[in-house]
Amino acid sequence: MVDATTNPTNTGLTTADGKPLKAALAHAQARSRRRAFLLVLPLLLFIVITFIVPIGQMLKRSVYNDGFTVQRNLTTGEKTPIMVNLAKWFDENPAGTEPDEAAFAALVEDLKQLKELRAAGQAGTRINYELSGSRSLFTQGARKAKKLQPPYKEALLELNPKWNDPKLWQVMRSASSNFTGTFFLAATDRTRDADGNIQSVEENRQIYLKLFWRTLKLSVLITVLTLILAYPIAHLLATLPLRYSNLLMIFVLLPFWTSLLVRTTSWMILLQSQGVLNDAMVAMGLISDGNRIQMMYNQTGTVIAMTHILLPFMVLPLYSVMRPINPSYVRAARSLGATSWTAFRRIYFPQTVPGIAAGGLLVFILAVGYYITPALVGGSDGTLISNLIAFHMQKSLNWSMAAALASLLLGGILILYWLYDRLVGIDNLKLG
Amino acid sequence: MKKILILTTALTGFAFAATAEEEVTVMSWGGAYTKSQVEAYHKPFTAETAIKVVSVDADNPATPIKAQVEAGNVTIDVADVEFSDAIRLCDEGLLEEIDPSILPPAPDGTPAIKDFIDGAIQDCAVANIVWSTVFAYNKDNVKGTPTSIADFFDTGKFPGKRGLRKSAKATLEMALMADGVPADKVYEILNTPEGVDRAFAKLDTIKDDIVWWEAGAQPPQLLADGEVVMSTAYNGRIFNAAVAESQPLEVVWDGQILDFDLFVIPKGAPNKDNAMKFIAFATSTKSLADQASYISYGPARKSSGALVGMYQDGKTEMAPHMPTAEANLSNALVNNFEFWVDHDAELNERFNAWLAK
Repeated sequence: MVDATTNPTNTGLTTADGKPLKAALAHAQARSRRRAFLLVLPLLLFIVITFIVPIGQMLKRSVYNDGFTVQRNLTTGEKTPIMVNLAKWFDENPAGTEPDEAAFAALVEDLKQLKELRAAGQAGTRINYELSGSRSLFTQGARKAKKLQPPYKEALLELNPKWNDPKLWQVMRSASSNFTGTFFLAATDRTRDADGNIQSVEENRQIYLKLFWRTLKLSVLITVLTLILAYPIAHLLATLPLRYSNLLMIFVLLPFWTSLLVRTTSWMILLQSQGVLNDAMVAMGLISDGNRIQMMYNQTGTVIAMTHILLPFMVLPLYSVMRPINPSYVRAARSLGATSWTAFRRIYFPQTVPGIAAGGLLVFILAVGYYITPALVGGSDGTLISNLIAFHMQKSLNWSMAAALASLLLGGILILYWLYDRLVGIDNLKLG
Repeated sequence: MKKILILTTALTGFAFAATAEEEVTVMSWGGAYTKSQVEAYHKPFTAETAIKVVSVDADNPATPIKAQVEAGNVTIDVADVEFSDAIRLCDEGLLEEIDPSILPPAPDGTPAIKDFIDGAIQDCAVANIVWSTVFAYNKDNVKGTPTSIADFFDTGKFPGKRGLRKSAKATLEMALMADGVPADKVYEILNTPEGVDRAFAKLDTIKDDIVWWEAGAQPPQLLADGEVVMSTAYNGRIFNAAVAESQPLEVVWDGQILDFDLFVIPKGAPNKDNAMKFIAFATSTKSLADQASYISYGPARKSSGALVGMYQDGKTEMAPHMPTAEANLSNALVNNFEFWVDHDAELNERFNAWLAK
């Protein structure tokens, strides 16, 4: 082998059939690498198709919206450019130009086309994302565009004076380009004014930053709570004789196998103001009937239900690192004079850190993206950012906004993950 | 080879068997409302045409439509949606157009287009009912008798939790009416920033006492459980709980908000022809009148009104329970779909921010 690499001549070692050993080895290795690659290929394809591509699409959607430039025929799949005349005017005139008659003529021409294509709603919706109340401007304008006579500026303003709003023209200009940072601005509670300067939205409409912050805070709280609850359970499971610990393990796993919805609604029944817990406390005379404690449909409900639901994700990694810890280490520490607290702190606890790291990361990441439980028990102040993402996906149908929020969430998690790697070290993580 | 042949033959056989069974999937709001449609529309439709009706429920059937159409994977043929959603989805090109000439005329020969109430036939939608958002209370848990929408917001006079739909629509209008705005001025005022502030300020007064609901079946449950003492609700749900299930619930008609529910067909519906047939059948004079004998929603056809008689128990007169009954209209608001199509995003954003505060 050494000869073959240091002396690559024909005098080197050969295989039985006369080929140089080095070439034969390289050939065999390449073949086994190819085979290994073929083995992981299905998984690779699966991950690319179901994970990488959708995330890429989401990221793209958060900065790309062609609602004001292209109309897609849903039956034939054909794409037609819209608002072309206006886009041309925007190209020819720099930002901040007062819209003149030519601009309004271009607009009317485009409105006529919108009417023909039935695309007024789509274009109006795109503008409405940034300037509320402008959707009907487009639907109404498109309905009446055919009857408008020059001068178009006066005609349109007579139809609706809102057409002269400088903010509207600023929004239309930015929407006529497909790539936009508007949704990221909106996702951080900011907007552009008529001159295009970035500013915060009015205070009573600020919500997203607050929810990101709340999501982070609650997720940390839930992670800490699960750790406090899971650590003694995992320790007990790891130290009991196997036949008892297996039984206890079933108690940990049983809720894990139960449907998420069932567990959440059970908490609703237990905790609501006419629920089991409140009834019991009233019956015992702890609280009066009029002062039932509100534990559901608020932050308390979200924290309690999510802590319970995520508990197994903390117990299992902890258990898996505690099980193989040799009890004689702690005994040795004790026999050398350590108090039980010192023995725990210096000997036992450090050995469980990989489990804490794994469980903490797992619970935290699951909690950040949790959706169903806060939606059901969160009420008004216990909802998380994922509920707002769902709102934009399902109700407001502003998918670009949902994508921007989701991208921020993803970015935030990656930053936290990086921090975590620097502080704890991802190699220290042990899932079992 | 032979095995494959047998397998493919079997599979094609199955495929034929599957297509032989004609069906249409209808998505509605669940609970007592879906039940009334199953009785009045689905069963007679299947009996007449042999087309099977598959019934699916959603908290709001308008929400899955965009996702399904854009993904090119439409599974529903007919959806029952609110007015502003029907207009919005139609404007965005997500719905099939419905030719009003497929709708059957009234028994006396009046063409459908004249028989329906104004606004009930749209480019992509045909209304089946007039419903309303009202507030109702549990007689056992409320001391005294609430009579006006202002009482709903008065937790001093009527203490206890309130149920409200977790949405800006209808909630803001009710807040303004409770604050003394007459029904015909509500949208004018809500169109100004001060009006919106005023509505939220009114909501602020009861915010701590509100339990939010999302599905139409929740308010009767919340009221019956005693979880709330008063709740806004779809009027038919309360009627069903009060009459069919004998719950001590009472509707207050003051400040009710009327709206249409309309049938729409998502673009690319798998059984579009059957969907058209279904809509024509379901919105016929008789079907609409039949539905009104299962739930107290007003039929969208004028000619159906005369046929509405007794509830299915045979002793409850339906007419006074209809949102459109003369006595119930003294302070009623008709939902302004154009306002909501325009301001839905803005006001819900503000509403969400207000909730999270």
